[in-house]
Amino acid sequence: MSAHDTALAPLKQTPLHALHLARGGKMVPFAGYDMPVQYTLGVLKEHLHTRASAGLFDVSHMGQIALRPKSGKVEDAALALERLVPQDIVAVAQGRQRYAQFTNADGGILDDLMVANFGDHLFVVVNAACKAEDEALLRAALFDTCIIEPLTERALIALQGPKAVAALTRLCPEAAAMRFMDAGPRRVMGLDCFVSRSGYTGEDGFEISVPAADAEALATALLADDNVTLIGLGARDSLRLEAGLCLYGHDIDTTTTPVEGDLVWSIQKSRRTGGARAGGFPGATKILTQIDTGVARKRVGLRPEGRAPVREGAPLFADASSGEQIGSVTSGGFGPSVGAPIAMGYLPSSEAAIGGTVFAEVRGQRLPLRVADLPFFPHSYKR
Amino acid sequence: MTTLYTADHEWLAVDGDVVTVGITNYAQEQLGDIVFVELPKVGRQLNKSEAAAVVESVKAASDVYAPITGEVVEVNDAVSGEPALINTDADGKAWLFKLRIANKSELDGLMDAAAYKAHTA
Repeated sequence: MSAHDTALAPLKQTPLHALHLARGGKMVPFAGYDMPVQYTLGVLKEHLHTRASAGLFDVSHMGQIALRPKSGKVEDAALALERLVPQDIVAVAQGRQRYAQFTNADGGILDDLMVANFGDHLFVVVNAACKAEDEALLRAALFDTCIIEPLTERALIALQGPKAVAALTRLCPEAAAMRFMDAGPRRVMGLDCFVSRSGYTGEDGFEISVPAADAEALATALLADDNVTLIGLGARDSLRLEAGLCLYGHDIDTTTTPVEGDLVWSIQKSRRTGGARAGGFPGATKILTQIDTGVARKRVGLRPEGRAPVREGAPLFADASSGEQIGSVTSGGFGPSVGAPIAMGYLPSSEAAIGGTVFAEVRGQRLPLRVADLPFFPHSYKR
Repeated sequence: MTTLYTADHEWLAVDGDVVTVGITNYAQEQLGDIVFVELPKVGRQLNKSEAAAVVESVKAASDVYAPITGEVVEVNDAVSGEPALINTDADGKAWLFKLRIANKSELDGLMDAAAYKAHTA
């Protein structure tokens, strides 16, 4: 057996750090934070508990940023943000949220994010590892139209699973009426929170932004519901992989465009060729050309035919013996709800048809994988 | 029968010129739920410290190294069929493979139970 400890600079702590330690969290460094990878249940049971009941995740390491239009008109903030993302932000109605990506001049993805319209400003949530760069990007591009306000004094709690709605409704009766991707300020347990009906597990659920000073009280109140259990980053990863969702820095990054990443569904017609506000974001020429004429490679789901998990980095080949690598696995592991190994990776479009077979090299052996539909486990969003 | 331990968290039960090898209960606790086990082929000659088997949790794959030099004379198909056996009985039913000892002196550098307990304390 071998350990994988890495010496790092002092780690930051979220407002729920003490709770993690008190409740048996096994802490690991993640994106500069000391975060729980699992609790005493372990990754497998935490994963299955979330799908069957409700899991509470500390995602306070993620960046929360308010974009406040200097004009007072939220459309101005939306139009300004559209200079950085290929999504239609103007069309995001008050109280709604949308998935987006920051792109670069080559069409690559700098980060993926959620954007919500809170009526007088936009609220965005970005990845922990990218938040400083994202903030700098927003300041550079939007300084003339928006006040960029990082909300560093807030925690973020995800409550996911079929029993999440009942658990949250006890503390926030309005939560029950929300639909998937509704988002806005709500009072939860009397606290000034921002609640969205969304998450990153494929389950119905919520993300709750809460003042840092009240985060432990809110988490404790949610955990008082017998159905709610703390879930670590290990199960968060296996849940999102089963749901076919991209992990930034792994499945998508600056070398992959949203089209290659199979995220065209997230780019509305208004921003595509012929749309009312076509282009006008970094890398637009490349991205719109790829939408119109196709891509050389794309992200696919992969199902190993055997029992052996095929992990991130495994090279992919067209057949069991040929020498030339055609792609690689970007996320892979065991899907506890699927009951089998699952993976995602990039393949040439010519090899990416559902049902086709490719081979991964694992410990010197070529293992067959079937190109599979995503998600691996059906979503249960409350639309 | 003597049980010895490696710093890499394997146990060896010595019985004449054959050792049975598994991972320790401490190791399975660190790894979490085991979902896949790959065992060496019977007849394979293993050198001390060579990667011999793989145990995988939901999160990660970990190598199990040959604790001594020897030939694989038997593997535990029950554990490759039911990897979770490692989580319930790492020290017993979830043994991984048996080696015919090539050089008994290699056993001298291994830990006894008390030394291993101190190693993991």
